[in-house]
Amino acid sequence: MDKIAVMGDYDSIYGFATLGLTTFPVSPDSPEDAAKTLKEIAGNGYGVIYITEQMAALLEEEIDRYAEKLTPAIIQIPGVKVNTGAGVRNVKKSVEQAVGSDILFGND
Amino acid sequence: MAAKQVNPTRMELTRLKKKLMTAVKGHRLLKDKRDELMRQFLDLVRQDMDLRLKVEKGIRDANRNFVLAKAGMSEETLRTALMAPKQEVYLKADKKNVMSVDIPVFDYDTRTADENDIYSYGFAFTSSDLDGAVKSLSDVFPEMLKLAEVEKSCQLMASEIEKTRRRVNALEHVIIPQTQEGIRYITMKLDENERSTQVRLMKVKDMMLEDAHKYREKQSS
Repeated sequence: MDKIAVMGDYDSIYGFATLGLTTFPVSPDSPEDAAKTLKEIAGNGYGVIYITEQMAALLEEEIDRYAEKLTPAIIQIPGVKVNTGAGVRNVKKSVEQAVGSDILFGND
Repeated sequence: MAAKQVNPTRMELTRLKKKLMTAVKGHRLLKDKRDELMRQFLDLVRQDMDLRLKVEKGIRDANRNFVLAKAGMSEETLRTALMAPKQEVYLKADKKNVMSVDIPVFDYDTRTADENDIYSYGFAFTSSDLDGAVKSLSDVFPEMLKLAEVEKSCQLMASEIEKTRRRVNALEHVIIPQTQEGIRYITMKLDENERSTQVRLMKVKDMMLEDAHKYREKQSS
């Protein structure tokens, strides 16, 4: 049985604990700690890791490492304060990777 | 001319012909695979985008509710209220094979069946806004999980499509033309060799006849 993790700054993620997801509050000021946390939970039976867009921007390299693997699925979600739109951009990026150019969603 | 030096022998010719046949067959199969993957990918990615917009909106709303709830009570009360969650979610991760790409299938189980177990606190000291916030977040959760499944599948399929596309292109524009070039070169070389043997034989025959019958001497005399 796998578990589901949520990573991000405390204010953005504390609510998820009530649903029964495991929360890992990390501070955006220390990317090293965050990277370590991600590495720890990725190898520890978590099938899905939700991560705030703000955090994901700092951990791009670490996240790319799991791109080819079946699990964990690392999914970006918007945080409370900073919304970069990275999640939507990511979807467009995968279209670009597959088709060669973004033919579906345009440049809006 | 082929970039590679090929030996103009019959054995090499047979080898190249076999290679060409395999390459053409492989090319056709890979092209079919690419087209089918692409079709499924486009469906999936549209679904992904819809889900993502919906989930992002849901989470944003939930976040707004949480900020409101937080404003209505003290930080300590809130932290205490959410400190010990009652509910737990177990993820069942399975996989499905689509055109040789493994994509995940997620399903979830909650520890208790009671959906009110998401409220892990007594209602005495917390504001009712918190209940609403927790509820809004729990409403969006099934879609979040679906999003995880679909988005991960999209990523995996995108990279597989890219790989397949490269293979198709390499076969179409490099391997197949090169092999055809090699085959043509060998055939021409073999034909040329045959002609030169023929000519040499005719020449030898002429010389032998000349030796035997002395045509030229008879003619001149």
